[in-house]
Amino acid sequence: MLLLAIDTSTTAITTALHDGSSVVAEVTTLDARAHAEHLAPGVRAALAQAGAAPTDVTDVVVGIGPGPFTGLRVGIVTGRTFAFALGLPVRGLTSLDALAHEAWLRGRRGDLLVATDARRKEVYAATYVLDDSAATRMAGPLVSRAADLEPDVRGLPAAGRGALLYADSLPLAVEPVDVSGGALADLAARRLALAPAAPDGIRQQVEPGHGFDGLEPLYLRRPDAAPAPPSTKSTLG
Amino acid sequence: MSDEPLVLGIETSCDETGVGIVRGETLLVDTVASSVEEHARFGGVVPEVASRAHLEAMVPTIERACREAGVALRDLDAIAVTSGPGLAGALLVGVASAKALAVALDKPIYGVNHLASHVAVDIVEHGPLPEPTMAMLVSGGHSSLLLVPDITNDVRSLGATMDDAAGEAFDKVARVLGLPFPGGPHIDRAAREGNRIAIDFPRGLTTGRDLERHRFDFSFSGLKTAVARWVETRHRAGESVPVADVAASFQEAVVDVLTRKALLACKEHEVDHLLIGGGVAANSRLRALAEERCDKAGVTLRVPRPGLCTDNGAMVAALGAQMVAKGREPSDLGLPTDSSMPVTLVQA
Ligand SMILES: [Zn+2]
Repeated sequence: MLLLAIDTSTTAITTALHDGSSVVAEVTTLDARAHAEHLAPGVRAALAQAGAAPTDVTDVVVGIGPGPFTGLRVGIVTGRTFAFALGLPVRGLTSLDALAHEAWLRGRRGDLLVATDARRKEVYAATYVLDDSAATRMAGPLVSRAADLEPDVRGLPAAGRGALLYADSLPLAVEPVDVSGGALADLAARRLALAPAAPDGIRQQVEPGHGFDGLEPLYLRRPDAAPAPPSTKSTLG
Repeated sequence: MSDEPLVLGIETSCDETGVGIVRGETLLVDTVASSVEEHARFGGVVPEVASRAHLEAMVPTIERACREAGVALRDLDAIAVTSGPGLAGALLVGVASAKALAVALDKPIYGVNHLASHVAVDIVEHGPLPEPTMAMLVSGGHSSLLLVPDITNDVRSLGATMDDAAGEAFDKVARVLGLPFPGGPHIDRAAREGNRIAIDFPRGLTTGRDLERHRFDFSFSGLKTAVARWVETRHRAGESVPVADVAASFQEAVVDVLTRKALLACKEHEVDHLLIGGGVAANSRLRALAEERCDKAGVTLRVPRPGLCTDNGAMVAALGAQMVAKGREPSDLGLPTDSSMPVTLVQA
């Protein structure tokens, strides 16, 4: 097995490969504005690090957010297309789960808030309980101003960039800050070990369940419905 | 035949998710998924709505294109993709998808200019481009006159719109006349019943110093305002608006200026081939008048069929195939999108 993990829901454009027992390559670039520029070269570099060819990949997992839309889509369309091109199954995981899982891998236990940057002075948030077996999501994800979260939630140790941005509301910032492809890959590999074997043939999308979340982006916000400035539109081609 | 490059092209610069496959100068398939209906109620393209639709349509459109063309992705020689100009978020979906194909399949990628692609698409319709060719691109997003010595790396801008694009003027006038979005086809249809010399609307930048200083530039905002004022005056007087006559007279003003300047450019640059592309090239009066004036001037007119004039993936594949055939270096895998990519930059 060689699992390719991709996440672009945070400032980290991150990708990793997992061979079923450990993360064998990880490439991460921090750049909130250039997801599409860094991601594909990152995947190629990760493959090179692992000494693998694209055709060695057996599974693809993408973080489905929530995250700022434009960057988030880059990761999802990359994962979907890469998997389609090679006839591989592709699965989605809530990106906030990867942050909670990394905190768990680092040994944190107890209650945890994950709060990432949702722009517009808001955070994407979810709460978790970390026990010895796993990090389990209890509530969320949702989008909210940090100050508007429940007081007992705001008082939790908070992973994610939201805690750094809104320290007034979220005083207990803890690691990690951004999603790491390695943590996402590790989480996916663990859940995959519990999932039933894939049937024969090509599947573009694996049904939700068995610990996976489908492939639809978690936008959590409606699009702003203002038409584009006319100079950039080409409705007539 | 099989020596010719097999190229898949992806286009997501606005509201059409387009995937086309070209072998050399032969179009194998042109697949388009449009989100235009989702935008109609807003009277224009909503960027976030377009981007979301691109994400959902991207892989299914690639899949359909391959299936209909009977092409296996591994047999491709290269991937081509629009890297600009266009809506930033929309471009990103196509570019990211194209890069994923390039990495997964280990194929070269060409990030190409949307406008140059509008010109290149005619190669799969009418064969190789004479060098140089004069090209006029008219759509909702662009109105430019281009001198094209070599479509793969030498495109020169002679002029462009100073304000509204031609197609944009169609959209705005359609709104004034109570016709649906997008306005182009509706005005074209209404105009068929009208008198195109009923109202003498202004022709922007066609006389005196304007013509000297902006010889091959266009301006349609004055025209649009003139139409709006004319209609308003009728309304205020309690008179009905002769929609067909207004549509026909407005349309005549647009296509008159376009064809006049295009042929002036041909004459002054001694070019005997004129290519018209972009969505407005589907306009029946533009085609008719261009044909008439080209005939008179001894210029050969090339216009791709309407389906290839609007945004599509085939045009991107067509340009990509030219790049490969001419031995142009592929783009870097880190290629960026550029929402305001200049028309003179053919490749990212
Ligand atoms: Zn266009």
